[in-house]
Amino acid sequence: MASLTPGDQIPELKITPDKYLTVRYAGASGDFNPIHIDEEFARAVGLPGRILHGLWTMAQVARAQTEAAGGPQHLRRLAVQFRGMGVPEQEVTVTGTVKEGGPAGRVLVETVAEQNGKQIIRNAEAELEL
Amino acid sequence: MPVNSKAIGKTYDPTVYAVGREKIREYAHAVGEINPVHIDPQAAREAGFADVVAPPMFAVVYAGPAVIPAMFDPEIEMNFAMMVHGGQEFVWGPLVVAGDEITTTATVKDISERAGLGYYIFESVSVNQRGEEVCRGTWTNIVRGV
Repeated sequence: MASLTPGDQIPELKITPDKYLTVRYAGASGDFNPIHIDEEFARAVGLPGRILHGLWTMAQVARAQTEAAGGPQHLRRLAVQFRGMGVPEQEVTVTGTVKEGGPAGRVLVETVAEQNGKQIIRNAEAELEL
Repeated sequence: MPVNSKAIGKTYDPTVYAVGREKIREYAHAVGEINPVHIDPQAAREAGFADVVAPPMFAVVYAGPAVIPAMFDPEIEMNFAMMVHGGQEFVWGPLVVAGDEITTTATVKDISERAGLGYYIFESVSVNQRGEEVCRGTWTNIVRGV
Protein backbone atom coordinates (compact mmCIF):
# COMPACT_ATOMS: atom_id res chain seq x y z
CA MET A 1 0.00 0.00 0.00
CA ALA A 2 1.21 3.50 -0.83
CA SER A 3 1.84 6.07 1.88
CA LEU A 4 -1.32 8.12 2.15
CA THR A 5 -0.91 11.22 4.26
CA PRO A 6 -1.68 14.81 3.22
CA GLY A 7 0.58 15.97 0.41
CA ASP A 8 1.47 12.46 -0.74
CA GLN A 9 1.00 11.58 -4.38
CA ILE A 10 -0.75 8.30 -5.11
CA PRO A 11 1.24 6.10 -7.53
CA GLU A 12 0.68 7.33 -11.08
CA LEU A 13 -1.40 5.04 -13.29
CA LYS A 14 -0.64 4.95 -17.01
CA ILE A 15 -2.61 3.02 -19.61
CA THR A 16 -2.85 3.23 -23.39
CA PRO A 17 -6.26 2.09 -24.66
CA ASP A 18 -5.71 0.07 -27.82
CA LYS A 19 -7.57 0.60 -31.08
CA TYR A 20 -10.41 -1.80 -30.18
CA LEU A 21 -10.68 -1.00 -26.47
CA THR A 22 -13.87 1.01 -26.93
CA VAL A 23 -15.51 -1.99 -28.62
CA ARG A 24 -14.59 -4.30 -25.73
CA TYR A 25 -15.70 -1.73 -23.16
CA ALA A 26 -19.00 -1.23 -25.02
CA GLY A 27 -19.65 -4.97 -24.73
CA ALA A 28 -18.53 -5.13 -21.10
CA SER A 29 -20.52 -2.08 -20.01
CA GLY A 30 -23.54 -2.24 -22.33
CA ASP A 31 -22.93 1.32 -23.63
CA PHE A 32 -23.02 0.96 -27.42
CA ASN A 33 -23.35 4.67 -28.25
CA PRO A 34 -21.89 4.78 -31.79
CA ILE A 35 -19.67 7.80 -30.99
CA HIS A 36 -17.47 5.26 -29.17
CA ILE A 37 -17.39 2.45 -31.72
CA ASP A 38 -18.16 3.80 -35.19
CA GLU A 39 -15.51 6.04 -36.77
CA GLU A 40 -17.76 7.32 -39.56
CA PHE A 41 -20.63 8.11 -37.20
CA ALA A 42 -18.31 9.93 -34.81
CA ARG A 43 -16.92 12.11 -37.63
CA ALA A 44 -20.41 12.77 -38.98
CA VAL A 45 -21.43 14.31 -35.63
CA GLY A 46 -18.35 16.54 -35.56
CA LEU A 47 -15.98 14.52 -33.40
CA PRO A 48 -12.36 13.90 -34.41
CA GLY A 49 -13.16 10.17 -34.48
CA ARG A 50 -14.27 7.55 -31.99
CA ILE A 51 -13.89 8.77 -28.40
CA LEU A 52 -13.35 6.91 -25.15
CA HIS A 53 -16.28 6.21 -22.85
CA GLY A 54 -16.06 8.70 -19.97
CA LEU A 55 -16.98 5.91 -17.56
CA TRP A 56 -14.02 3.84 -18.79
CA THR A 57 -11.74 6.75 -17.97
CA MET A 58 -13.48 7.08 -14.60
CA ALA A 59 -12.73 3.38 -14.05
CA GLN A 60 -9.03 4.18 -14.54
CA VAL A 61 -9.32 6.90 -11.89
CA ALA A 62 -11.02 4.36 -9.59
CA ARG A 63 -8.30 1.79 -10.29
CA ALA A 64 -5.55 4.27 -9.37
CA GLN A 65 -7.27 4.67 -5.97
CA THR A 66 -7.84 0.96 -5.28
CA GLU A 67 -4.26 0.14 -6.28
CA ALA A 68 -2.95 2.86 -3.97
CA ALA A 69 -5.18 1.74 -1.10
CA GLY A 70 -4.68 -2.01 -1.45
CA GLY A 71 -7.97 -3.28 -2.86
CA PRO A 72 -11.52 -2.49 -3.99
CA GLN A 73 -12.92 -2.59 -0.44
CA HIS A 74 -11.14 0.70 0.38
CA LEU A 75 -12.88 2.92 -2.21
CA ARG A 76 -15.96 4.43 -0.59
CA ARG A 77 -16.79 7.32 -2.93
CA LEU A 78 -15.64 8.78 -6.23
CA ALA A 79 -16.99 11.94 -7.83
CA VAL A 80 -15.69 13.21 -11.18
CA GLN A 81 -16.31 15.85 -13.83
CA PHE A 82 -15.85 14.86 -17.45
CA ARG A 83 -14.20 17.48 -19.67
CA GLY A 84 -13.08 17.31 -23.26
CA MET A 85 -12.79 13.83 -24.67
CA GLY A 86 -10.37 10.97 -24.60
CA VAL A 87 -9.32 9.08 -27.71
CA PRO A 88 -8.01 5.54 -28.30
CA GLU A 89 -4.32 4.79 -28.87
CA GLN A 90 -3.07 7.69 -26.74
CA GLU A 91 -1.75 7.24 -23.23
CA VAL A 92 -4.00 8.18 -20.29
CA THR A 93 -2.35 9.18 -17.00
CA VAL A 94 -4.10 9.29 -13.63
CA THR A 95 -2.50 11.26 -10.81
CA GLY A 96 -3.74 12.18 -7.36
CA THR A 97 -2.76 13.97 -4.18
CA VAL A 98 -3.92 13.19 -0.65
CA LYS A 99 -5.77 16.21 0.73
CA GLU A 100 -7.02 15.04 4.13
CA GLY A 101 -6.75 12.17 6.56
CA GLY A 102 -4.45 9.21 6.66
CA PRO A 103 -2.42 7.20 7.24
CA ALA A 104 -5.43 5.23 8.55
CA GLY A 105 -9.18 5.88 8.59
CA ARG A 106 -10.77 8.17 6.04
CA VAL A 107 -8.53 9.63 3.32
CA LEU A 108 -9.55 12.21 0.75
CA VAL A 109 -7.68 12.24 -2.58
CA GLU A 110 -7.89 14.92 -5.29
CA THR A 111 -7.32 13.22 -8.59
CA VAL A 112 -7.36 13.84 -12.37
CA ALA A 113 -6.95 11.94 -15.62
CA GLU A 114 -4.96 13.50 -18.47
CA GLN A 115 -4.28 12.65 -22.08
CA ASN A 116 -1.86 14.61 -24.28
CA GLY A 117 -1.50 17.21 -21.53
CA LYS A 118 -5.25 17.90 -21.29
CA GLN A 119 -7.43 16.91 -18.37
CA ILE A 120 -10.23 14.61 -19.50
CA ILE A 121 -11.39 14.05 -15.92
CA ARG A 122 -10.97 16.98 -13.61
CA ASN A 123 -11.97 18.09 -10.10
CA ALA A 124 -12.31 14.46 -9.10
CA GLU A 125 -12.43 13.53 -5.46
CA ALA A 126 -12.01 10.05 -4.01
CA GLU A 127 -12.76 8.97 -0.49
CA LEU A 128 -10.82 5.96 0.79
CA GLU A 129 -11.29 4.05 4.03
CA LEU A 130 -8.09 2.43 5.24
CA MET B 1 -36.81 27.24 -24.29
CA PRO B 2 -36.78 26.75 -20.50
CA VAL B 3 -36.10 23.30 -19.11
CA ASN B 4 -39.07 21.21 -18.09
CA SER B 5 -38.68 20.50 -14.38
CA LYS B 6 -42.02 18.89 -13.64
CA ALA B 7 -40.50 15.39 -13.55
CA ILE B 8 -38.29 16.15 -10.52
CA GLY B 9 -38.85 13.39 -7.97
CA LYS B 10 -40.21 10.94 -10.51
CA THR B 11 -39.21 7.34 -9.76
CA TYR B 12 -38.91 4.54 -12.31
CA ASP B 13 -39.51 0.81 -12.15
CA PRO B 14 -36.60 -0.99 -10.48
CA THR B 15 -34.33 -3.26 -12.47
CA VAL B 16 -32.88 -6.50 -11.13
CA TYR B 17 -29.38 -7.54 -12.19
CA ALA B 18 -27.89 -10.99 -11.48
CA VAL B 19 -24.13 -10.58 -11.06
CA GLY B 20 -22.19 -13.28 -12.92
CA ARG B 21 -18.57 -14.32 -12.56
CA GLU B 22 -17.82 -14.17 -16.29
CA LYS B 23 -19.40 -10.72 -16.64
CA ILE B 24 -17.18 -9.44 -13.83
CA ARG B 25 -14.15 -10.92 -15.61
CA GLU B 26 -15.17 -9.40 -18.94
CA TYR B 27 -15.59 -6.00 -17.30
CA ALA B 28 -12.33 -6.33 -15.34
CA HIS B 29 -10.39 -7.10 -18.53
CA ALA B 30 -12.00 -4.18 -20.39
CA VAL B 31 -10.88 -1.68 -17.73
CA GLY B 32 -7.39 -3.15 -17.33
CA GLU B 33 -8.05 -4.50 -13.84
CA ILE B 34 -5.35 -6.96 -12.80
CA ASN B 35 -6.17 -7.56 -9.12
CA PRO B 36 -6.84 -11.34 -9.01
CA VAL B 37 -9.82 -10.90 -6.63
CA HIS B 38 -11.76 -9.70 -9.73
CA ILE B 39 -10.70 -12.61 -11.92
CA ASP B 40 -9.81 -15.75 -9.95
CA PRO B 41 -12.42 -17.28 -7.60
CA GLN B 42 -9.76 -18.98 -5.51
CA ALA B 43 -7.79 -15.76 -5.06
CA ALA B 44 -11.05 -14.01 -4.11
CA ARG B 45 -11.86 -16.68 -1.49
CA GLU B 46 -8.33 -16.59 -0.09
CA ALA B 47 -8.76 -12.82 0.32
CA GLY B 48 -11.94 -13.44 2.32
CA PHE B 49 -14.60 -12.82 -0.34
CA ALA B 50 -17.40 -15.26 -1.21
CA ASP B 51 -16.61 -15.16 -4.95
CA VAL B 52 -14.95 -12.90 -7.50
CA VAL B 53 -15.43 -9.25 -6.55
CA ALA B 54 -16.96 -6.70 -8.91
CA PRO B 55 -14.63 -3.68 -9.36
CA PRO B 56 -16.37 -0.65 -7.81
CA MET B 57 -17.04 0.89 -11.24
CA PHE B 58 -18.95 -2.27 -12.24
CA ALA B 59 -21.80 -0.20 -10.75
CA VAL B 60 -22.36 1.12 -14.28
CA VAL B 61 -23.25 -2.42 -15.37
CA TYR B 62 -25.87 -3.15 -12.71
CA ALA B 63 -27.18 0.41 -12.21
CA GLY B 64 -27.03 1.70 -15.80
CA PRO B 65 -30.07 -0.25 -17.03
CA ALA B 66 -32.21 1.45 -14.35
CA VAL B 67 -31.08 4.96 -15.33
CA ILE B 68 -31.45 4.68 -19.11
CA PRO B 69 -35.29 4.63 -19.13
CA ALA B 70 -35.24 7.77 -16.98
CA MET B 71 -32.94 9.55 -19.44
CA PHE B 72 -35.19 8.55 -22.35
CA ASP B 73 -38.41 9.49 -20.55
CA PRO B 74 -40.30 11.77 -23.01
CA GLU B 75 -41.70 13.74 -20.05
CA ILE B 76 -38.17 14.98 -19.32
CA GLU B 77 -37.61 16.26 -22.87
CA MET B 78 -33.82 15.93 -22.68
CA ASN B 79 -32.21 16.83 -26.00
CA PHE B 80 -29.75 13.98 -26.63
CA ALA B 81 -28.14 15.63 -29.64
CA MET B 82 -26.86 18.42 -27.38
CA MET B 83 -26.15 16.32 -24.30
CA VAL B 84 -22.84 15.46 -22.65
CA HIS B 85 -22.20 13.32 -19.59
CA GLY B 86 -20.93 16.11 -17.35
CA GLY B 87 -20.30 14.35 -14.08
CA GLN B 88 -20.66 11.16 -12.13
CA GLU B 89 -20.53 10.20 -8.50
CA PHE B 90 -20.73 6.81 -6.84
CA VAL B 91 -20.89 6.10 -3.12
CA TRP B 92 -20.26 2.45 -2.32
CA GLY B 93 -21.47 0.18 0.45
CA PRO B 94 -20.59 -3.50 0.85
CA LEU B 95 -18.73 -5.03 -2.11
CA VAL B 96 -20.68 -6.79 -4.84
CA VAL B 97 -19.58 -10.35 -5.64
CA ALA B 98 -20.58 -12.93 -8.25
CA GLY B 99 -23.89 -14.50 -7.27
CA ASP B 100 -25.37 -11.28 -5.87
CA GLU B 101 -28.68 -9.97 -7.13
CA ILE B 102 -28.81 -6.18 -7.32
CA THR B 103 -32.02 -4.17 -7.46
CA THR B 104 -31.66 -0.58 -8.67
CA THR B 105 -34.19 2.23 -8.54
CA ALA B 106 -33.66 5.46 -10.47
CA THR B 107 -35.18 8.86 -9.72
CA VAL B 108 -35.01 12.30 -11.26
CA LYS B 109 -33.04 14.22 -8.64
CA ASP B 110 -32.96 17.64 -10.26
CA ILE B 111 -33.54 19.49 -13.52
CA SER B 112 -32.32 23.07 -13.69
CA GLU B 113 -30.91 25.70 -15.99
CA ARG B 114 -27.84 27.91 -15.58
CA ALA B 115 -26.39 30.20 -18.20
CA GLY B 116 -28.02 28.45 -21.14
CA LEU B 117 -27.09 24.99 -19.95
CA GLY B 118 -29.63 22.43 -18.78
CA TYR B 119 -28.58 20.19 -15.88
CA TYR B 120 -30.38 16.84 -15.68
CA ILE B 121 -29.41 14.93 -12.57
CA PHE B 122 -30.51 11.33 -11.99
CA GLU B 123 -29.93 9.22 -8.91
CA SER B 124 -29.67 5.45 -8.74
CA VAL B 125 -29.91 3.44 -5.52
CA SER B 126 -28.76 -0.17 -5.72
CA VAL B 127 -29.37 -2.76 -3.00
CA ASN B 128 -28.28 -6.38 -2.81
CA GLN B 129 -30.40 -9.45 -1.98
CA ARG B 130 -29.92 -8.72 1.74
CA GLY B 131 -31.29 -5.20 1.38
CA GLU B 132 -27.87 -3.58 1.88
CA GLU B 133 -27.21 -0.44 -0.16
CA VAL B 134 -24.22 -1.37 -2.32
CA CYS B 135 -24.09 1.79 -4.44
CA ARG B 136 -25.71 5.19 -4.81
CA GLY B 137 -25.01 6.90 -8.12
CA THR B 138 -25.49 10.51 -9.18
CA TRP B 139 -25.55 10.90 -12.97
CA THR B 140 -25.22 14.48 -14.26
CA ASN B 141 -26.05 15.22 -17.89
CA ILE B 142 -25.52 18.68 -19.34
CA VAL B 143 -27.48 19.90 -22.36
CA ARG B 144 -26.24 22.89 -24.34
CA GLY B 145 -28.55 25.50 -25.78
CA VAL B 146 -31.67 24.90 -23.67
